[in-house]
Amino acid sequence: MLTTEETEIIKGTLGRVPNPTETHVFDAMWSEHCSYKSSKYWLKELYTEGKHVISGPGENAGVVDIGDGDKIVFKMESHNHPSFIEPYQGAATGVGGIMRDIFTMGARPIANLNSLHFGSTNDRRVIDGVVKGIADYGNCVGIPTVSSKCYFSDCYTENPLVNAMTVGYTNKEIFTSVPNKKGVVVYVGAKTGRDGIGGAIMASEEFAEGEDKRPTVQVGDPFYEKLLLEASLELFETGIVIAAQDMGAAGLTSSTTEIAIKGNYGIEIDLSAVPLREEGMEPWEILLSESQERMLFVLDYDTLTDRGKENIFKLFRKWDLDCFVIGSLTYTNNFVVKVKEEVVCDIPLKALEAPVLERRHYPKKGDINYAPFVPPIIPDFNMDWVWEQYDSQVMGNTIHGLPKDPAIVRIPNSNKGIAITTMSDAHLCNHNPKQGVAFIIENCYNKLKDVGAEPLGITNCLNFGNPENENVMYEFATTVLSMAETCRKLEFPVVSGNVSFYNETSGKGIMPTPVIGGVGLML
Amino acid sequence: MKTAIIIFPGSNCDNEMERFLHKCTGVKPIRVWHKETTLPDVDLYVLPGGFSYGDYLRAGALASFSPIMKELKKTDRKILGICNGFQILCEAGLLPGTLRINKTQEFICKPVTIYRGYDKYNIPIAHAEGNYYHPHPAKVSIAFTYAEDVNGSTGFIAGIFNNEFNILGMMPHPERAFESYHCSQDGLNIFETLYTKSI
Repeated sequence: MLTTEETEIIKGTLGRVPNPTETHVFDAMWSEHCSYKSSKYWLKELYTEGKHVISGPGENAGVVDIGDGDKIVFKMESHNHPSFIEPYQGAATGVGGIMRDIFTMGARPIANLNSLHFGSTNDRRVIDGVVKGIADYGNCVGIPTVSSKCYFSDCYTENPLVNAMTVGYTNKEIFTSVPNKKGVVVYVGAKTGRDGIGGAIMASEEFAEGEDKRPTVQVGDPFYEKLLLEASLELFETGIVIAAQDMGAAGLTSSTTEIAIKGNYGIEIDLSAVPLREEGMEPWEILLSESQERMLFVLDYDTLTDRGKENIFKLFRKWDLDCFVIGSLTYTNNFVVKVKEEVVCDIPLKALEAPVLERRHYPKKGDINYAPFVPPIIPDFNMDWVWEQYDSQVMGNTIHGLPKDPAIVRIPNSNKGIAITTMSDAHLCNHNPKQGVAFIIENCYNKLKDVGAEPLGITNCLNFGNPENENVMYEFATTVLSMAETCRKLEFPVVSGNVSFYNETSGKGIMPTPVIGGVGLML
Repeated sequence: MKTAIIIFPGSNCDNEMERFLHKCTGVKPIRVWHKETTLPDVDLYVLPGGFSYGDYLRAGALASFSPIMKELKKTDRKILGICNGFQILCEAGLLPGTLRINKTQEFICKPVTIYRGYDKYNIPIAHAEGNYYHPHPAKVSIAFTYAEDVNGSTGFIAGIFNNEFNILGMMPHPERAFESYHCSQDGLNIFETLYTKSI
């Protein structure tokens, strides 16, 4: 929720009191989850360049070049909070979300990976739900899950970590969420319902005992995702896409405003054109719904002939998908939301960017007592049970699948291959965040080298406790700076990533748990 | 030998099937969308694996009503259904019996050993509903059996023919056992025994 200070800032920039719809929009956009307000200051230190990098952090996913016009697109993302509330749907929609991030850029997903942290092997509600959720979603869409790692420690009992990574491939143009010209805004995919409203805000808060957060979790439909994947890739081929963005956290609000902000345009949308699953939804509910399997495209629609327009509709009809023109980019630099003729929200886009907090919480000397290093206990847990539930062979390109590590996947229709692995060592990071993260990056680098791959880059998922806690912020800052240093030394850039704060329930937080996913090109 | 792959919304083993058939027959297969109402003139129609219509309701239940299925019911050419394709053929009544949820209640992805007569093959399975059931297994023309009980199938059945022997359904994936890096290259042998050498 917005703090009193933040409300004052908003009043100042708007010059008036925001109406209820606008307040909800600010609330979501200024949440930690959407704005990265606590982490931005540190994240800009990361090493994100390098000879292979085509697109670094800031886009839906990072892109690296593997020669001959072939590109690898990858990213890792957390879905920790929803997976604790409702393990099956939480984990499933996490996989769905990260796959959409990949194909939003015009790349076909070719491999899924995951890194899971649980409390104990007895926590069957969470473990069974998460594993089945990941399996059902990935298997149904038909993307092989080639690597899965499970870690156990008490601190994850009420804060399980579900980090999913997807790797995609394309030899065509990469599409971004930055429009270079004006166009119409088209909504494609599932109807908007009341599921997941306030999900971004939920993920930016600590949990208290006994609170029911279930309505904030989204529900996944992998079949719909498969249709959306195929239709989107076909649409990119037509060459009329100016920009694309999937609807993730804060749904329609963040996807529309991000496109407009990045392209330096304004945007105007009409909510009466948005297809709804339920009757009587309030404008703010439509704006903040996190219903899954929805995409937003900016299309160069007006230049199309009637026949061209008909072909676009035909393409979506073939896949039994609905598409709706819901608005257009404007030159005003404002985010305008209408319901038919009535304006319900009119905010300058600049005002939506949350002020970056310089949380430089360096505690006084001696304040931080590093926990003594306790080697993790590796419990008796049957990983075969996990691995067998994931289809690691679909697409027929898996050279080294589960349980081998790193996984090796062939690039479709070529003789190239990529090696992929994830790495985490929370116990070491808890003992010493600086050494811990350096160790996992070096380990990842060496593992890729060991199988004969040239390391190309990493994606990260930084799971931490409450950033308002000085010690947590200190651990975070140390981790990021050490990651920057190690990556620069190894020339192993970070191309994409995700930060998950507030992994705390009833005041008990997790160990600092940076997880990385590395990709290398087989030589 | 010319082949065609029937593609349903949610089919996801179509690309590797295309490569597999290309390798087996030397001819690139024709891709047929499920809404088509005419069949191309080929020797073998293949229904690939995947999750047609998300396996909602029951695996294969919705796909069995696709327009192309009407045409397949009329043809006397050969039809091969793999995994979800097998489920669709059972739901459409082209093959006897039904496929239930695995006895473990979970998805299983692993290489298994299957037999066809004295021939032994090592080939991957990947399914959640592969537990074949028929009240009178003696009446079924069995094509493949598992070497052990993997999913609870009646008589360890992994694949069956119809009475005319032109339609075959099987749960294991031959299209995942043909490249040098796959668990085996037995997929090629299976295809050769079944189709290239005449039955």
